[in-house]
Amino acid sequence: MKNAIEIKNLTKRFDKFTLDNISFSLPTGSVMGLIGENGAGKSTTIKLLLGLLHTDSGTVSMLGMDAKTQTLDIKRHLGVVSEVTAHPLNYRAQDIGYVLRAAYPRWDESQFQQYLKLFCIDPTKMCKDLSKGMRMKLSIACALCHDAKLLILDEPTSGLDPVVRDEVLDILRDFMQDEQHSILISSHITSDLEKIADYITFLHDGKVVFSQSILAIQENYGVLRCSHETIQDFAAGTIYAKRQDQFGCEVLVDPRRLPAGMTAESASIEQIMLFLTRYPVARPQGGF
Amino acid sequence: MNIILSNTSGVPIYEQIAEQIRTLIISGQLEPETPLPSMRLLAKELRVSLITTKRAYEELERGGYIRTVTGKGSFVSGLDNSLIRTEQLRLIEEQLHAVVQRARLNGLSCTELQQMLAQLYKEEP
Repeated sequence: MKNAIEIKNLTKRFDKFTLDNISFSLPTGSVMGLIGENGAGKSTTIKLLLGLLHTDSGTVSMLGMDAKTQTLDIKRHLGVVSEVTAHPLNYRAQDIGYVLRAAYPRWDESQFQQYLKLFCIDPTKMCKDLSKGMRMKLSIACALCHDAKLLILDEPTSGLDPVVRDEVLDILRDFMQDEQHSILISSHITSDLEKIADYITFLHDGKVVFSQSILAIQENYGVLRCSHETIQDFAAGTIYAKRQDQFGCEVLVDPRRLPAGMTAESASIEQIMLFLTRYPVARPQGGF
Repeated sequence: MNIILSNTSGVPIYEQIAEQIRTLIISGQLEPETPLPSMRLLAKELRVSLITTKRAYEELERGGYIRTVTGKGSFVSGLDNSLIRTEQLRLIEEQLHAVVQRARLNGLSCTELQQMLAQLYKEEP
């Protein structure tokens, strides 16, 4: 199985928003970050993947299976963590297994108890009394204890402090030691993605701006601060986005097309996202 | 085996990893046939993405420093040291070329340069 997720020409229309003909794939054994501003279509995409919304057109396959016809088989191997954690509030953390065992035939109770220990979650505490970070770790523990091969994480690190976020990333790195495992993770915290993602898919206004490996992104984008006059000489297609002020301008460029002798600084994912969303120069056909 | 990465050096992370492993191999600290950590383990420990360590290993493989056996992992290559030697000689020549250029620019004669070199060779262990 080459790809853990394959999305082809996926479209979903709402009154005021359209997820417009998006395609991307997540190679098995790798981590993909899904980025984009609020309302760009990240959650819609994830909901479509999980079958929480019906697709208007296009196909989705996960773990080599068709998302429409083999939903149940897929979900057995799918671990999902969303920003809003949904545990039975009046259960003790250690008893969550009673509920999930019914849903997942391959639920591994002893592994779950091990994770509680490993993540330092007080097993006797009611779910409602756990802190936000603890609840997130509990969610991840639940996602990992039924032999999941694919994790889909919607904003798993938002609202968490840097220490817990780092712990969460470590848990994900451990999960990725198996080369049959894959992760799709949507996040606004792009610095977290820089530490773990192999691929980045950038959604904007319901469309895919790019879906590239992190190495390709590093080669394709650079940031340069210079005078207004300097950029006049740039070859066509060099500048992706431009932010001007009275004293100069800052441009997002293709470093390979810069005039000889000029170098751009490497661009962070956050910079790329900000530039392309707020200050794009006319977008070429077929995206970036 | 130590690998120390810098986020501010401007050198791509995969290149830093490759360069440091290369140094360990050339200096003999990593002997032929020594197994290298798996790309996944290295990515986890260095806290970088897997694609980065994969690229580093690919570079090392291309240079003949390591070989990767599917299902077994990557090993320091012991078969063809001449390839590594050629690569190293090329690097030395490249750096000497830069030195000669600078010497010319500053009006240094070949003899003076040779003296300087001989002195340095004696001093540094």
